[in-house]
Amino acid sequence: MDMMPQAVVTPPSPRIMAERQVRIEARDVNIFYGEKHAIKNLSIAIPDRAVSSFIGPSGCGKSTFLRAINRMNDTIPTCRMTGDITLDGNSIYDRDLDVVQLRAKIGMVFQKPNPFPKSIYENVAYGPRIHGISNSKTELDEIVEKSLKRAGLWEEVKDRLNHPGTGLSGGQQQRLCIASAIAVSPEVILMDEPCSALDPIATARIEELIDELKQNYCIVIVTHSMQQAARVSQLTAFFHLGILVEFGDTDEMFTAPQEKRTQDYITGRFG
Amino acid sequence: MSDHIVKSYDEDLAALKMLLAQMGGLAEQQLDDAIDALSRRDTTLADRVIQNDERIDMLERQIEERAITMIAKRQPMARDLREIMVAIRVASDLERIGDLAKNTAKRAHAISEALPRKLMTGVTRMGRLAQSELKDILDAYARSDAEKALEVWRSDEELDSLYNSIFRELLTYMMEDPRNISLCTHLLFGAKNMERIGDHATNIAENIFYQVHGKTLIESRPKRDTTSTLSMHNPNADD
Amino acid sequence: MTEVRKGLIAKRYATERRFRIYGATALALTALFIVFLLADIVIKGLPAFTEPRVKLDVTGAADKVDAAKPAAGDYEAIVREALRARFPTVSGRAERRKLNGLLSQGAADDLRRMVVADPALIGKTFPFAALLSDDADLFYKGRQTGVALTKGATSLQFAESGEAYVITGDVAGLSPGQIVLVNEGALRITGIANGAAQAEALARPVTLNPAAAGGWNIMTLAKPEADRRISDQEIIWLEELKSEGVVEKAFATRFFTSGDSREPELAGLRGALVGSLLTVLVALALSIPLGVAAAIYLEEFAAKNRLTDIIEVNINNLAAVPSIIFGLLGLAMFLSFFGLPRSAPLVGGLVLALLVLPTIIIAARAALKAVPPSIKEAALGVGASHQQAVFHHVLPLALPGILTGIILGLARAFGETAPLLMIGMVAFIVDIPKGFESAATVLPVQIFLWSDLPEIAFQSKTAAAIMVLLAVLFSLNAVAIYLRRRFERRW
Repeated sequence: MDMMPQAVVTPPSPRIMAERQVRIEARDVNIFYGEKHAIKNLSIAIPDRAVSSFIGPSGCGKSTFLRAINRMNDTIPTCRMTGDITLDGNSIYDRDLDVVQLRAKIGMVFQKPNPFPKSIYENVAYGPRIHGISNSKTELDEIVEKSLKRAGLWEEVKDRLNHPGTGLSGGQQQRLCIASAIAVSPEVILMDEPCSALDPIATARIEELIDELKQNYCIVIVTHSMQQAARVSQLTAFFHLGILVEFGDTDEMFTAPQEKRTQDYITGRFG
Repeated sequence: MSDHIVKSYDEDLAALKMLLAQMGGLAEQQLDDAIDALSRRDTTLADRVIQNDERIDMLERQIEERAITMIAKRQPMARDLREIMVAIRVASDLERIGDLAKNTAKRAHAISEALPRKLMTGVTRMGRLAQSELKDILDAYARSDAEKALEVWRSDEELDSLYNSIFRELLTYMMEDPRNISLCTHLLFGAKNMERIGDHATNIAENIFYQVHGKTLIESRPKRDTTSTLSMHNPNADD
Repeated sequence: MTEVRKGLIAKRYATERRFRIYGATALALTALFIVFLLADIVIKGLPAFTEPRVKLDVTGAADKVDAAKPAAGDYEAIVREALRARFPTVSGRAERRKLNGLLSQGAADDLRRMVVADPALIGKTFPFAALLSDDADLFYKGRQTGVALTKGATSLQFAESGEAYVITGDVAGLSPGQIVLVNEGALRITGIANGAAQAEALARPVTLNPAAAGGWNIMTLAKPEADRRISDQEIIWLEELKSEGVVEKAFATRFFTSGDSREPELAGLRGALVGSLLTVLVALALSIPLGVAAAIYLEEFAAKNRLTDIIEVNINNLAAVPSIIFGLLGLAMFLSFFGLPRSAPLVGGLVLALLVLPTIIIAARAALKAVPPSIKEAALGVGASHQQAVFHHVLPLALPGILTGIILGLARAFGETAPLLMIGMVAFIVDIPKGFESAATVLPVQIFLWSDLPEIAFQSKTAAAIMVLLAVLFSLNAVAIYLRRRFERRW
């Protein structure tokens, strides 16, 4: 199999792009962790109001690229990046851009549910509070309720908003994290393996939630579960050794992928 | 294609293919026997064919079960998924082929008197043609050879035209002497069965193509079976 | 199963058993040492927490105390008189001086305080518990000599012979040095000749009537007079006071309320405790903000480059530097260069701050590092700035760990001696320190000082001071554990 780094992989223009506008676009992105070349010449266009999933073996760079989209890699001192990523046509690596504002626009949900060791209410209210989105308590209450409802958690926690968020079950915690992300009204939601620590029922709930959220948000999800990628996403990108091997309609990716490497990976044949 | 990381997955797929090969072999044998029984009016052989059909049906059920279990257990993707789906479809085609062979064999009982040699030869030739088509397509399937499958797919044309000419012949024969109608109808059904077997072979070819390329065959097949428009009054209407 | 495998398994179990025995032995030995050490300290130290006083009826005679100026009265004379009143037979300068010596200098001071506090006592006779000297104290605590009393088995006759006495009767059981207690008198045997014993009177018997068997006692002192700091005469007086029931044992609050003294019975820890407190206060006031700020900066904000690496390595090195070096640094820098006062808690605190700074930084960094990065990422993910993420989420979670580090640093500061020796906090200081710049000493240095003194009574004081220091350190550790338990969060 050809494992040599390839030149620029231009993703095929998927059918789905015809109906939707491009929200995030990456051009010739290279990311390095110290000496390690984690992402090689990546170019991709991610549409709005759809779920795009990134799949690939561990260490393929999918999470690295995801974290580059909201500049989470800035916190890693050894990480360097070349190329450009744009959100609605504006570079997110612009010097004038405030990274804090950017992260409010591009919310992130992590692999392990990581609610703050505070009450459920405080967890959701934290974002709006620091961004000064709401001025009054009633307004904040509304945002909390709306976010929890959107995250499908309201009915389960409405009577115990003052209980600690860490006391919820894993799936509830993850939905709480999604509620916290939604609370600052982002445009994009990045999810880094959001279900890897959850049981199948909790996973199904999150997937249902993702399905609903895609009406309003541009969602990018990194997952190890190909079935999950197949279930929740409209577009799938396959990463391997830092290269975007294939990016296309999920329906096609899982029945008849173009690239042999994709085929080998999704059928469980990787050597 | 390299092997799966989970070896038992490969074993499952191989076992499925094995069953299909077995079923294919059996179908070929049935067809062969049915043609012999019909041409020699060998009712003993015909009875054996009728009995053996049970085995084909059983194999189909087995293949179906295995395929469903694999889908549930392995959640196959891409090529694996296509392979399993195609296996189910091929099994169902083979089962139909078995039924058609059985049906043809049954007619050996109905034909009591000797046939005009010429008519008999036509039907037998159709049978041999369908048989070779089946053999080729089973080969192509065993080797996942889309090219070969495409070849078979195209060659079905031949069988269709042969059927057309036999149809006309039988029609003419029946018009000559109404006493021949019973015999000729049986022969006509026999010929029709062979033509149907050819169609199932092309189905299998299409499935092989899909299995290999992940795309359905969009190109339309040259269809030479024009008998649906023929009438008693004008047997040579569209030539 | 083959024999070989069985053998191997048996061997494995044997190894495991052996290892357990080693461990248990090590543990038992350690426990033994600790118990031994603690027991030794406690046994030695406990007596220092009590002091013997003799209840006297003192008269605040007007000729000795001026009601206008009660503080200037001659209280020493008053107390001495009161004691002498208990021993009317004592006469002669030398004897009287000896008798006075049973009292501590502190007795007069106590009385002065009492009268000054209540001037109405002047001219009245009132009960007063006078503090006894350290020798008397030690005697009562059995540290001077063993005292054995045996009843006289036979009848005893004795007669005056000039100043001395002659004991006749069955003197076979008597030997020189023993004291015969008879008719409220005490006769010390000086020699035995011709079936009669010569004796000198330590207290003259009231009568010369012979005593029947069982009506008199023989006192045997384990240690010869020459080898102890207390004479036979004094022992007889002290025994008499004791038998009259006027000696009381009271809790020595003085130990905690007074400063150092050359007189063991008067020496207290207050000066050292206040000195320690002031020193540690300075040290913490300096090292907590510096240490925590440095830790947060290094852990969360500093760029990871060669410079920060060097700083990090050096902080770790600093934690391993012997504490005496810090003392030298303090001596050179704070005393010689900046000209700060010697022996002052301010300088001690500065030196200790340097000493515990690395401890606090390392502990605080470890605590910050232990906070899962997911917490910070979650905060960043909803758009918190780096600083908000650190101060809203990471720091509160790290606080118990940081507090533990601070308390451990505090404990270290409390127990440190060497660097303080270098900056002169080792002086003999009687006064309770008034401020950060007055001369002071600290608890461990006080222990060091006392341990060096020749008076036996100071041994006990030393042990008692060690107990106090250990109590302080143990309670600090207990607080650290409590804080860790109380504020530890699960995530």
